[in-house]
Amino acid sequence: MAVERLESLLQDAFPDAAELRVEDRTGGGDHFQVTVESSSFDGLPLLEQHRLVNDALAEPLRDGTIHELRIKTRGTT
Amino acid sequence: MSESEQKLEAPSAKPTTPGGQTAGTQASQLAGRIKDVIENEPVALFMKGTPQFVMCGNSSRALEALRAAGAPVTAVDILPDPSIRQELAELSGWPTIPQVFVKGELVGGADIAQELAESGDLRTILEEKLGAGYSDGAEERVVDVLSGTRA
Repeated sequence: MAVERLESLLQDAFPDAAELRVEDRTGGGDHFQVTVESSSFDGLPLLEQHRLVNDALAEPLRDGTIHELRIKTRGTT
Repeated sequence: MSESEQKLEAPSAKPTTPGGQTAGTQASQLAGRIKDVIENEPVALFMKGTPQFVMCGNSSRALEALRAAGAPVTAVDILPDPSIRQELAELSGWPTIPQVFVKGELVGGADIAQELAESGDLRTILEEKLGAGYSDGAEERVVDVLSGTRA
């Protein structure tokens, strides 16, 4: 399942995540809402926070697994 | 070989041969037009569809965020040819659509545009980069990067 694949990629990228959620928004397995709370985002502008998530999901973004991605990031401070 | 992962700049435009257009020169022409929009339009929105006919929920959210902030919007529809998206991703280093640029700088995608609009920071960014009167007579325009025409 795509959700598990995305979760495991994000867990690898943000091992300290206080919150890490991947939701299949439409049930179709290609529109996702990703929520991550991690100290990796502390002090970073929103653009760089989202870039870290995009980087973690580069492969499924490239191979078409992810048709639509919504990102919500939060630092821990 | 350098150890650094620094991304290489796109090579400068190759000399064009009159009469014959190769795929390579077409691609560099397209990249040039995309770059031109990013660098010269106050606010550029690369989206699926046009402001009059939006083809994707995320593009719609980015557009509405810009509208709510009173931004002038120059839109580029990426759907007519897959190479537009490809060249854009290479230029911006951002993998998804939509993409919002203010004065040549990537602001982000739909989620960032929406968050910034809701917090009021989008107006601040627009004011800082475009001046306090940025929304006076703000218009929406569409640029066709395949042909170079605008409407």
